[in-house]
Amino acid sequence: MSSLTHPTYPYRRSPDQDAARAARHKVAVIGAGPVGLTLAIDLARRGVRVILLDDDNTVSVGSRAICHAKRTLEIWSRLGCVKPMMAKGVTWRMGKVFFRDRPVFGFDLMPEGGNAFPAFINLQQYHVERILVEAALEIDRIDMRWSNRVVGITPRTDGASVEIETPGGPYAIDVEWLIACDGVRSPARKMLGLDFRGKVFEDRFLIADVKMKADFPTERWFWFQPPFHAGGSALLHKQADDVWRIDLQLGWSTDPEEEKKPEKVIPRLRSMLGPQAKFDLEWVSVYTFQCRRMEKFRHGRVIFAGDAAHQVSPFGARGGNSGVQDADNLAWKLAAVISGDAPESLIDSYGSEREAAADENIRHSTRSTDFITPKGDASRLFRDAVLSLARNHAFARQMVNSGRLSTATILADSPLNTPDRDDFEGGVIPGAPAADAPVRYDDAPGWLLDAIDGGFTGLYFTDGAPSANVARALAQLAEGPVPVRTLAISQRPAMAHEGLGLVVDVEGLAAQRYGARGGTYYLLRPDQHVTARWRAPDPAAIAAARERALARKP
Amino acid sequence: MADTLNADPGLSDPDELYASLIEAHQGLSYEESAALNAKLVLLLANHVDDVGVLRQAIRAACEPE
Repeated sequence: MSSLTHPTYPYRRSPDQDAARAARHKVAVIGAGPVGLTLAIDLARRGVRVILLDDDNTVSVGSRAICHAKRTLEIWSRLGCVKPMMAKGVTWRMGKVFFRDRPVFGFDLMPEGGNAFPAFINLQQYHVERILVEAALEIDRIDMRWSNRVVGITPRTDGASVEIETPGGPYAIDVEWLIACDGVRSPARKMLGLDFRGKVFEDRFLIADVKMKADFPTERWFWFQPPFHAGGSALLHKQADDVWRIDLQLGWSTDPEEEKKPEKVIPRLRSMLGPQAKFDLEWVSVYTFQCRRMEKFRHGRVIFAGDAAHQVSPFGARGGNSGVQDADNLAWKLAAVISGDAPESLIDSYGSEREAAADENIRHSTRSTDFITPKGDASRLFRDAVLSLARNHAFARQMVNSGRLSTATILADSPLNTPDRDDFEGGVIPGAPAADAPVRYDDAPGWLLDAIDGGFTGLYFTDGAPSANVARALAQLAEGPVPVRTLAISQRPAMAHEGLGLVVDVEGLAAQRYGARGGTYYLLRPDQHVTARWRAPDPAAIAAARERALARKP
Repeated sequence: MADTLNADPGLSDPDELYASLIEAHQGLSYEESAALNAKLVLLLANHVDDVGVLRQAIRAACEPE
């Protein structure tokens, strides 16, 4: 059915398969999907050798993640992978909601400019995976092992033994850390007999990827009870290569096997797209949505990330985007533990931060699904009342929930954060990802997030020189095994500071977004989340906040 | 008194308000009336704009007779 030819990647025999006893490695990642690939690339860039095991020899097939949010793009930008995605993807930020035969309102997910990346791009998961695979293959520290199926895991206190089947026979490796990014049906989770609890929504949705030339705008269009699909909801969204994602609510009583047949699907699409529309089916499937998560994402030296750890309904694009945030969260922590710069307990914060993020995503996803699939008469009554009012009353538009689209999770309750000591109103709170802004650095226009490398970074807003003592202390913080590199952010280009990087806040947007005054200092973790901030640089406090963010005892 | 549901007598013309409500439902089916009531609740809830008061109102409405 698909018009796409998937790339295939060759199985290669590893020397481990001929070793007399199981070879020992630091990290193995199971699953070369977007999460496993992002994690492997991030770890490798941080100096960690990774074995990436995938049971297949190609990219994903079918209707998978398509909407990649600003934060995900920022993460892939940090990893040097984003350019081909931006070139191939469809950039969008606007949406429209229709009720019955009329538009109810439109929304803009990114009303303010001054960001390197848009609210979203749409790009089929197979393109994302291909681009990430190409990046991973360039990195020596990543040992890609295609057609390597994990069939057994024996956890130990200091790692795990992993049994693997390949076209060339079985073998085993010993790893210090095993990260399961093996998807919603996670074989690793099942091998360890771990829970995955939540709820199933009693509804079915037809998801069709359709190839057609059409002049619909590149907006997310969502219909409640449209005339062309009586009683259900419908979604239309553009992807790359003139492929469109169509999502039709079918109801619980429909037969999924029957609904997948082209003779059932084509008339449904024709009544939506019009009798003249010329389209080819690329992929059709029928889904039932679930919201579930593992109780704990960390099980000793075995860690779960992405859909293997948590599952949401697709409305809101919170599956793939939260999985990439999992990888972003875990990579620097694992690298710090492996290098001995942080105690193993730092990994516990991956669990607590990302379990809280999963709860947030599940809450949003559940509420969206409850709005789209009202349970019972009263629920439908209020849903329809909201939709009727939304046309003429702005307040009701806020209640229309066709999916709350993914934004980065703010890790506000993280034990790694240093609570505000100084007076802040607004700005970027501890736990939130760093805000972007247009800046100049290295004598060229660029973006603030690009000026930040992969380590701890201080953003020091200043229009005057710090005292010699502070400058010396900040320079000292940039030395040692876990440096804090301070960037001086100034609206005046002339203010260079000895030993500090300089960023020119050309439009004053950085200062505005960070709620900064002269002297304000933000400390960012290696994943670019704010971990502490002060109204004046205090080298001792910065050092203490870094210790806290590394889970090191003071 | 923004934090407490005001259930004291406060309407200047309660009979007039009651008549307006009944009049709005005149000729409506049971389903249409239910839809009208849902819209009224949403409009008034937005006007009140105080989740604490609304929760108290919901609790009061759920109390057995």
